[in-house]
Amino acid sequence: MRAILIVFLKEFRENLRERRTLYTALILGPLLGPALFAGLLALQLHKGVASSDRALPVAVAHGERAPNLIAYLTEAGAQLTATELSGDDARRAVQRHRYERLLVVPEQYATSLAAGAPAPLQLYTDASDPGAAGDSERLRALLAQYSARVARLRVVARGIDPLLLNTLAVQDIDVSTPVTRSVLLLGTLSYLMLLTMLMGGVYLAIDATAGERERGSLEPLLTLPVRRAHLIFGKILAACAYMLLSLILTVTAFAILLRFTGLERLGMSINLGPAVAALLVLYCLPLVPLGAALMTIVAAYTRTYREAQSYLGLVLLVPTLPLVFAGVLGLRPTLALMAIPSLSQHFLITSLLRDEPLPLSFVALACGATLACGALLVGIAGRLYRREALLG
Amino acid sequence: MIEAQALCKRFGAIAAVQGVSFHAADGRITGLLGPNGAGKSTTLRLLYTVLRPDAGDALIDGVSAVAAPLEAARRLGVLTHGAGIYPNLSARENILYFAALQGLPAAAARARTAELLRLLEMEEFADRRAKGFSQGQRVKTALARSLVHRPQNLILDEPTNGLDVMAVRSLRELLQRLRGEGHCVLFSSHVMAEVAVLCDEVVVIGSGRVLSHGTPEEIRTRTGTAALEEAFVALIARGQG
Repeated sequence: MRAILIVFLKEFRENLRERRTLYTALILGPLLGPALFAGLLALQLHKGVASSDRALPVAVAHGERAPNLIAYLTEAGAQLTATELSGDDARRAVQRHRYERLLVVPEQYATSLAAGAPAPLQLYTDASDPGAAGDSERLRALLAQYSARVARLRVVARGIDPLLLNTLAVQDIDVSTPVTRSVLLLGTLSYLMLLTMLMGGVYLAIDATAGERERGSLEPLLTLPVRRAHLIFGKILAACAYMLLSLILTVTAFAILLRFTGLERLGMSINLGPAVAALLVLYCLPLVPLGAALMTIVAAYTRTYREAQSYLGLVLLVPTLPLVFAGVLGLRPTLALMAIPSLSQHFLITSLLRDEPLPLSFVALACGATLACGALLVGIAGRLYRREALLG
Repeated sequence: MIEAQALCKRFGAIAAVQGVSFHAADGRITGLLGPNGAGKSTTLRLLYTVLRPDAGDALIDGVSAVAAPLEAARRLGVLTHGAGIYPNLSARENILYFAALQGLPAAAARARTAELLRLLEMEEFADRRAKGFSQGQRVKTALARSLVHRPQNLILDEPTNGLDVMAVRSLRELLQRLRGEGHCVLFSSHVMAEVAVLCDEVVVIGSGRVLSHGTPEEIRTRTGTAALEEAFVALIARGQG
């Protein structure tokens, strides 16, 4: 047992002197993740807030054929640009982003309108352009309003109560709270947290196995009167320490950063005070040994430092896969799902940030199952170090 | 005392060591001599418990390396091939790390490390990081760390590889000194001159088998040659024939 502590202390100290380890564990992950997140958030805020006040750019072909409609759009804040394009040229102009949206008024517009028949209009938009989609929606709403207004005028002209046109009176009630509206953001946040936590231990896991073998220092170590499992346990423990440091720094960085982003302006809020931050670290803790053991096992099977690096790049994705599935399938926490490591941490993190605490049984199962998986992997890593092929 | 008893080791289809037996006595320097690929390193690895033999046993001061590998390892100091040390630790820290893993109390470890640094004339670079060490400095560091727990038996795998003349000479003096103190020293080499100068006993090994065992004198007489080198060539030729 004493050997585990000695190996741990040595690995911890040695890696404090290794710039690469320090850089990824203590600087790159904990700063880059939150910075990236904040940037993304600021961009989204900017777009969300700004677009409703912004002028609505619309290119119009043959606007002279629909003077009333043009006047209505102009009054509603649309910024109209006249063009002569129609047909395939119009399609191409939008496709190539010359215009974000193009409204074509066909020749028969005026006659159809006068005859009381549906008047044709062609609206070219690019639904695959997320930047333009919001404004296109605004234009559609304006056109629908105009259509309803003309219809009301026609009905009034025929002496009928225009209220007859309103068959339904739907009241749209949004029950989302500022906190729940930030679900997607929260998902990203927990993903970044778990990823940077894992990254903190990557170089240590490689160094302790493939790196040590490549330097030729593994064999002298194995000649010592120390159980091999204890050597690897010490190394895993050191990786755990760096992962924990990385996690604490990341959570702290997030907590500080989120104070300065105007989430409330988007009608969202994230609950990340000091107490919640401490609880977050606590909830992620069971995943630390699992991640460290997993990375150590993979690195122990590789022959060189470089090989280990490329494999671990993939391994880093494994614990984050459940999060992706959860996002795509829109999974909600259930007791059974809490048995899946990393997914359960994701649920715990998001529920905590949303201020909707999960039942204690959920928390207990999440921690217990993750710790059990971790113990299993640590055990496997210990057995792996007994293999003779380890010497390479 | 180190005793190899009919050691056998296969790696897949290759039989690296096939029934190697010899013994290396206390107060003597024993050389394991053989060409590259003869099975020297594998034999030593079986002795210093990193590999387990398929058959046979190795006794270190009478303790079985198969039945009680940790007990056996405790009685050994080992200088492995290439002398890998930790580049981010200083020479002193490298030695202290092994002292701690050998179970030495902190104060004793520090005193013993200082003693070895003096003995091996390492004080000049003792507290420098090992990253930029020369091969000679690395071997000295590795040697000091293998001696830190005062092992009765010392195994060295090609210790003079990459060393200059001065370093070889000081290594030789150290080994002779250990012999004088009654330690058992076993080292492997493919350099004839080195073995001839230093060894009390020579075990010639080829294709995983012991070809001859005795003092340099005995081996010369047995093969009817004047120099050990010729004896070696004759033995290898016979072993392969």
